[in-house]
Amino acid sequence: MHHTLVALVEDKPGVLNRVALVFRRRAFNIESLTVGRTSEPGVSRMTIVLDSDQTSAERVTAYLYKLVNVLQVEDLGNVPAVTRDLALVKVAVAGHDRGALLRVVDETRAHIVDTGDQTMTLEITGEPPHVDAVISRLEPLGIVEMVRTGQVAMRRGDTALSAAQYS
Amino acid sequence: MPSPRTGAQIIWECLVHEGVNTVFGYPGGAILPAYDAMLDYPVRHVLVRHEQGATHMADGYARAGGGVGVAIATSGPGATNMVTGIATAMMDSVPMVCITGQVPSKLIGYDAFQETDITGITLPITKHSYLVTRIEEIMPAMKEAFHLAKSGRPGPVLVDITKDAQQAKMEFAWDKTPVQMRAYRPPLGASKSELMKAVDLIKQSRKPVILAGQGILQSGAMREVKTFAEQINAPVAMTLLGLGGFPASHPLNIGMMGMHGEAWVNHAIQEADLLLAFGMRFDDRVTGNLKTYAVNAKKIHIDIDPSEIHKNVRADAAICADLREALKDLLEVVGKHDHEPWLKYIGSMKGTAAVRDIQTLPDNGHLYAPHVINDIWRITDGNAIIATDVGQHQMWEAQYYKHEAPRTLITSGGLGTMGFGLPAAIGAKMARPDAEVWAIVGDGGFQMTQAELTTAAQEGVKVNVAIINNGFLGMVRQWQEFFYDRRYAATPLRSPDFVKLAEAHGLLGLRVDKRSDVLEAVQRARQDEGTVVMDFRVEQEDSVYPMVPAGADLDAMIRRPEKSALVETAADPI
Repeated sequence: MHHTLVALVEDKPGVLNRVALVFRRRAFNIESLTVGRTSEPGVSRMTIVLDSDQTSAERVTAYLYKLVNVLQVEDLGNVPAVTRDLALVKVAVAGHDRGALLRVVDETRAHIVDTGDQTMTLEITGEPPHVDAVISRLEPLGIVEMVRTGQVAMRRGDTALSAAQYS
Repeated sequence: MPSPRTGAQIIWECLVHEGVNTVFGYPGGAILPAYDAMLDYPVRHVLVRHEQGATHMADGYARAGGGVGVAIATSGPGATNMVTGIATAMMDSVPMVCITGQVPSKLIGYDAFQETDITGITLPITKHSYLVTRIEEIMPAMKEAFHLAKSGRPGPVLVDITKDAQQAKMEFAWDKTPVQMRAYRPPLGASKSELMKAVDLIKQSRKPVILAGQGILQSGAMREVKTFAEQINAPVAMTLLGLGGFPASHPLNIGMMGMHGEAWVNHAIQEADLLLAFGMRFDDRVTGNLKTYAVNAKKIHIDIDPSEIHKNVRADAAICADLREALKDLLEVVGKHDHEPWLKYIGSMKGTAAVRDIQTLPDNGHLYAPHVINDIWRITDGNAIIATDVGQHQMWEAQYYKHEAPRTLITSGGLGTMGFGLPAAIGAKMARPDAEVWAIVGDGGFQMTQAELTTAAQEGVKVNVAIINNGFLGMVRQWQEFFYDRRYAATPLRSPDFVKLAEAHGLLGLRVDKRSDVLEAVQRARQDEGTVVMDFRVEQEDSVYPMVPAGADLDAMIRRPEKSALVETAADPI
């Protein structure tokens, strides 16, 4: 089962290491982990997708809070949330009908972001299953390189996760 | 007024402002500027023989005195030698600040001489750590380190300071404002609804047991626990680290729980309908098999660390707060209760076991470890501070030395660190020079850190070292006897002549191999002005009873056989 946690952490050296340690020590498997800035200075936001059950997610949340640099943790496992994943996929264009590729682009809201002599690079954004689906359509055409950002997520509605109360 | 200071001086300015007057350490290249500056500050430095000793001494100092222990070492091997002591303090929540020198910041990452990534190495065994590369960061890091070490759930904090930061100069003034840390918030206090849940559970209970842990000592809740136990009239079972938190002689104190706890205590826990866990964490050594642990009991868990709640045992009422504050709140609303039938029932379970079976054995000329510990207890009126090592003697100490006061038992419970006893005793004596301090250690553990005997001699510290010498790594031997068909792989132990070892240090050494000689020897040791080493030649193959095998049900205890086959007293060293 997949479980998505969001953590607001202080932007200080070693924090990623400390967070990763929580998972490594207890052998929790991380599906993806993304880190980036927030609108608040000095605060980073992590989205962690875990392969775990509810109990493990509760434990992880408790252990994350134990870290001195962790401001807030939100478990998106049981609330409606917007989730997005982004993939860059370099697909071979030689040796097959370029039209097949353009049809995929057309039908899946993918964007062509770069073209070369032998390849074309697509950007695919959406919920992870959507990205998976597009990639599976591209596979027969010949994927030569691929990168995915991992999932970012945010709770739906007006409730906002903010570190403002801790400044 | 700001005045010019080097980074090295700022370290000591901070320590003095934090109230530190004793540090334990070992100098070396990367920490040399700090050592040079030390001479100008009113701080006693104890030169250890190995940095592990420094951490255990700082640990014993903190546990006995209630303050923060400080250990100092250089980079590289100096820092890595501290790892065991830091892990020990982490597992037992001991407030400690470790200061290490680091190679100059420009050399970090270049495999410089004596460079090691000590903040990386200690990441999982510190509450927090700092790598300080600029002089401006020294004071904030030191202030936060002390704040973190002693607040909330205490623990060790490491501050790694580069040599160039120590050598740099700046205008310095102590910042008196309290530490503000954006993301660090110790719990605010008990929630009303959980308190009321707890009160309801207590009202409904007929068979409650209070599980008294180290949190009592750390929050200073001795009086509150006593009042609470008396008011709800509930028996109190102790964890190893909780011993001393509730007086051993109190009629409601039923004794220690767990692997080597009293049989009736474990039975009482298994039959209870309510467990009140006060500052304890349901360690595997106290629960045995979690699936069968106190299945009929509701649980009220009071702990300051939110990550302990629901970790091993699901709580029906979870109060995440400082124990003392939580109990004050509870006392206002809990009312008076009576559990005489339950207390009588537990009393009846004691039966003849209440009188220690080993004490009733006739004096057949053999010396048993429990005799030694029991005699030390009697002669010291239960008022000494005892630091132990880890193993059989540790469990016998817990069973036979009745601790009346908090911070009188100093023992490595969580990590189970052999070699802890002697240095911890030295640290304890430094924190409590007024107190009588004993190190009760095994022949194995003593030899792990016996170099610190030299430290005690150099410092003129008086501790009484009782070596419970059975010629084996006794607890491992016991497991081999019970679970490995008596195949004694690597447990027979040849030791040096401990009396001569003491004498080599100009210290008094005593050897005892008869029960009738124990009292006199103990008295002689107490009267001697210096550290005394006592070699008690005890029964070689005695075991600690009762024993719950690891992972077994808590009430599935191995009891002392009716006629135990006790063999020879330890022989002279070859």
